[in-house]
Amino acid sequence: MTGELILFFVLALIAVTTAVGMLVSKNAVYAALYLVLNFATVAIFYLMLGSPFIALSQVTVYGGAIMVLFLFVIMLLGAENIQAEITLQKAWPAIVLTVALLGLMIWMAATQVPVVGLSAESTLADAAPQPLAFSLFSTYLLPFEITSFLLLVAMIGAIVLTKQDKKGSGK
Amino acid sequence: MIPVNYYLILSGVLFSAGAVGVLIRRNSLVIFMSIELMLNAANLAFVAFAKMHSANPAVVHNGQIFVFFVMTVAAAEVAVGLALIVAIFRKKQSIDVDQLNQLKG
Repeated sequence: MTGELILFFVLALIAVTTAVGMLVSKNAVYAALYLVLNFATVAIFYLMLGSPFIALSQVTVYGGAIMVLFLFVIMLLGAENIQAEITLQKAWPAIVLTVALLGLMIWMAATQVPVVGLSAESTLADAAPQPLAFSLFSTYLLPFEITSFLLLVAMIGAIVLTKQDKKGSGK
Repeated sequence: MIPVNYYLILSGVLFSAGAVGVLIRRNSLVIFMSIELMLNAANLAFVAFAKMHSANPAVVHNGQIFVFFVMTVAAAEVAVGLALIVAIFRKKQSIDVDQLNQLKG
């Protein structure tokens, strides 16, 4: 077994363990911290797949911005220990269906996709962000601009939704 | 050399974990985190396919650009979704999805 494969399996084990840990943890803060670790592991996978720009975006956007927002809201609401009742009688259809879905996905990935070896090493030319940026600002210019509009709408929406109702609370 | 299939299987396992989380947890914050996990699993598959097709100059960066857009949409979604959760919590003092049944006929 080569070093690349060992690295892959160790990271995959961490990723799956943290995902399951997020599922079963009763405290929402622990769930968020498990998810941060999961995102960091996936960022290392992106590095192994020769996309350092995506890996660093993952760390800053997901691991940084999104999870900080989550932790902030959890602590703002004091929602750490709101009990999530997981009763197995209620949950078993969901689990059975998801296991069936997982089986289908593994079958597809194992048999329907050609086996292509991906090297974890990439040259500087492959991984450079310039071609990505060129593609983003030429072929995908319109979607890119729409994204900026989407973020503006999301920002205004978040402000409007959380604004305190002055008339209601003033009385 | 790691086969692309391994990445796809890992992506499927993470996606299934997220799907189970959405279906069995009742805390809306944890449900939201599970959705992020599912988006992330899809992103992993996108990047693996981008690497698989990196020899083809016509499509070389398309996978990574899709991941970029998914991340942007996820960030917008989290901002609005968490604002909704805060608004619901102010109204009902609860974020349990089983108690959000006011629209039920």
